Amino acid sequence: MNIPGSITTLLIGILLTVTSIWYGQNHGLMPVEASEEAVLIDGLFNTMMTIGTGLFLIVQGTLIYSLFKFRRRPGDDTDGPYIEGNIPLEILWTSIPAVIVLIIAVYSFEVYNSIGGLNPMDHSVAHGHSTQQIANMPGAAIAATLPEETTAPQPENLDNATGDRSPAVEEAVTQDPATAAVRDQSLPQRKDSSAMGSTAPRIGPTPGNVGKPPDYVINATGLQFAWLFTYPDTGIVAGELHVPVGKEILLNISANDVLHAFWVPEYRLKQDAIPGKQTELRFTPSKVGEYPVICAELCGAYHGVMKTKVIAQTQDDFDAWLKEQQVASNPNDLKQTVAVNPANQAPDEFLAPFIQDLGIDRAIVQQLHSQHAHSSAS
Amino acid sequence: MTQTLQEEATNTPAHGATEGKREWLKYISFSTDHKVIGIQYLVTSFIFYLVGGFLATLVRTELATPQSDFVSPDLYNGLFTVHATVMIFLWIVPAATGAFGNYLIPLLIGARDMAFPKLNAVAFWMIPPGGILLMSSFFFGAPGSGWTSYPPLSLVYNKVGEAIWILSVLILGTSSILGAVNFIVTILKMRAPGMVLNSMPLFCWAMLAASCLILLGTPVLAGALILLGFDLIVGTAFFNPTGGGDPVVYQHMFWFYSHPAVYIMILPVFGLISEILPVHSRKPIFGYKAIAYSSFAISFLGLIVWAHHMFTSGTPPWLRMFFMINTMIIAVPTGIKVFSWLATIWGGKLRLNSAMLFAMGFISMFVIGGISGVMVAAVPFDIHVHDTYFIVAHLHYVLFGGSVFGLYAGIYHWFPKMSGRMMNETLGRVHFILTLVGFNLCFLPMHKLGLEGMNRRIAEYDPKFATLNLVCSIGAYLLAVSTFPFIFNALWSIFKGEKAPSNPWGGLTFEWQTTSPPPHENFAIDPMLLIAPYEYGTEKAKEIIQAGPFLATAAATEA
Ligand SMILES: [Cu+2]
Ligand SMILES: [Cu+2]
Repeated sequence: MNIPGSITTLLIGILLTVTSIWYGQNHGLMPVEASEEAVLIDGLFNTMMTIGTGLFLIVQGTLIYSLFKFRRRPGDDTDGPYIEGNIPLEILWTSIPAVIVLIIAVYSFEVYNSIGGLNPMDHSVAHGHSTQQIANMPGAAIAATLPEETTAPQPENLDNATGDRSPAVEEAVTQDPATAAVRDQSLPQRKDSSAMGSTAPRIGPTPGNVGKPPDYVINATGLQFAWLFTYPDTGIVAGELHVPVGKEILLNISANDVLHAFWVPEYRLKQDAIPGKQTELRFTPSKVGEYPVICAELCGAYHGVMKTKVIAQTQDDFDAWLKEQQVASNPNDLKQTVAVNPANQAPDEFLAPFIQDLGIDRAIVQQLHSQHAHSSAS
Repeated sequence: MTQTLQEEATNTPAHGATEGKREWLKYISFSTDHKVIGIQYLVTSFIFYLVGGFLATLVRTELATPQSDFVSPDLYNGLFTVHATVMIFLWIVPAATGAFGNYLIPLLIGARDMAFPKLNAVAFWMIPPGGILLMSSFFFGAPGSGWTSYPPLSLVYNKVGEAIWILSVLILGTSSILGAVNFIVTILKMRAPGMVLNSMPLFCWAMLAASCLILLGTPVLAGALILLGFDLIVGTAFFNPTGGGDPVVYQHMFWFYSHPAVYIMILPVFGLISEILPVHSRKPIFGYKAIAYSSFAISFLGLIVWAHHMFTSGTPPWLRMFFMINTMIIAVPTGIKVFSWLATIWGGKLRLNSAMLFAMGFISMFVIGGISGVMVAAVPFDIHVHDTYFIVAHLHYVLFGGSVFGLYAGIYHWFPKMSGRMMNETLGRVHFILTLVGFNLCFLPMHKLGLEGMNRRIAEYDPKFATLNLVCSIGAYLLAVSTFPFIFNALWSIFKGEKAPSNPWGGLTFEWQTTSPPPHENFAIDPMLLIAPYEYGTEKAKEIIQAGPFLATAAATEA
């Protein structure tokens, strides 16, 4: 009782700060960080955890302390002190949260910017053929060979009659024959308008990579209840996503039927797949390993089994895999399928060759195809 | 003080004793008495709470094991869809606004009834058909697209159930709009002489703010659902991408209502807590104006944050930042409330009865939901946790740890006023402890599940999540069990409980100055504001509390 109140307060304050900082760093709640983006996002989360722990302890501590200290003693029927408020105190607890929230907002903004959230995709990079041509040279020093957006526009990019003012840009997923083979062609795909700014939802290039094309472009198509990955530059179609570590990947995401969402928890990245509108995710895998790819947006009865793997490999392993796949599937065959197939063929027929890749039961696939046919009929 | 109150209660003639036998009939009639309607809302919504809870235990039973082995995947989707819809539209909204709003507002402002009693009855009588309609969907293949019903899935999946869902939510939404009009007019026009806006009980401020949200938001939801219904039934293409529609537009319209809906469900409960804490702490509310105005700050900000539900959807980058910052700012007015409540408790003489325990439990649990709420507002983090169990945990800490704890506090606090009987304290405490333990066991582990990679709305999950899910399911069963002492307590107390005095807690608002239960039209004389609602610790407060139910007895006009 001889200890002055201010010293007790100080001690509690120090203890609170130390505990919060320790827990903010050691909560162990997150899975492995397997992409460069994950590290940044976890930094933000740890900071929020630190502040959150402090706030949690203050509020719960106050409540529990009050529970014992201020409970009514038996026989005491008097009222408590008549205190209606305290303006300086109220200003304090209005401004401190305001400052905290501002700090978190600025930090979030920074992280969002660093993972590429604020960088509108360069249309000459993201869409149309130029991407494919560049990406055709895997691993090449691409930046130097990148054509300026204004020079040599692709004819496809100007199919909008209004010409230069708002050229509608065909989305990459509609341009690539391999992807077209697995896409539902009956679904009108919206075009992106470059003059309207970046309207397609996306995580773009990290600030250091603005204007550079990604190292690899991969198209992801979500359909009930599987993911298909196509590699436009090689015509490979796979049920699992193979990526090389340390390279920037651009994922063009589209959906065939209903909403899906591409999520790799170890990458901390998620983006909805929206039918009729391409979305994009640009990221850099950093750890070799296999991680789950999960559909995070409710897409029907078997939403829970709509998952596959991302296989992050070294460049050499990845190149070997690419080669192997190219030998296995002759791209010319695929193009023929595209020419013959389009919309009149049921999805299960043109998907048949890939079903084994999808990592789900044949029975389920059959079950869901009746539903899919149903959905495209309406 | 308690003794004097009890004496006075026995002296007051038990009103309505002669008609006691037929009394219960009025609760199933088209009554225009706001107290009857309030109780009708409360009982009806509580029954639906039990239904929704039952659905939740089925969901948790399926999730007790990683395999999909309890119900069919289609039924599973129906279970969680209807669970959410029931809990929101048939339990929390009607209980928080309908039940407590109707029962308390006229009493708190010293009015004899609501401004539009017939409209009020109409609003209530839309609830049972809306609810029964929704439940009937289980016979036709329950709606399975989640309570958000995002197209295109909602346009192709369990279509009959989906149509029923749309119709039912339209009916329930209309009911809520009618109620809101009534609350606003009543609060603004029917206050007792001497009661200016700044001397209203804080529940009235909260209801005013929530009603504005209902009026602004619900019509937009109705619009979205009507267009969705057209897409579903007659094959238009407002949202259907196969016809060139845009599914993202639906999401905007849906969340334009459904984010404010969170505040529709929590603001009235904030109001209840602001009423309950000062009474049982025996201290004035700390910072009346800050609490009152922060309700409006929350409700205004609540209107411009909806796209934080769409950070991984079709939201352009700069818009994500706009909605992120707005969402985070809501933490400021919410923080004001929480700190003011803590300061109200601080230094008081806490009477730790069931109402107070639930009110303190409310603060404790709601703060966890608030903290995780700021976290999920941060776009980069939300990109990771969106549509995962982290969100499931967050929303249940807000809506169960928040709203439901607060509603229980309200029931324990006003049960003596509503029924004229006291509830059993021991059972109340058992109920509180079981609820607190069950709730945290059920929902705390979900934070970790979500962060580690478990997505929501799935019947089947990675076996590595099995242990934590089992814990969650056990918590859910405990939560189900926790309602038994409450139900028993309520039923037993209505018939056999100790007779309640007019002012069992020593409250200062008008409802405690009339009998328990209040007579028809509430007061025998026109109430005048003699004391601001939270002047505990003053001599005047003592006098008023000792005066007994003077507003119900014409003789006591001099008090
Ligand atoms: Cu899915
Ligand atoms: Cu929201």
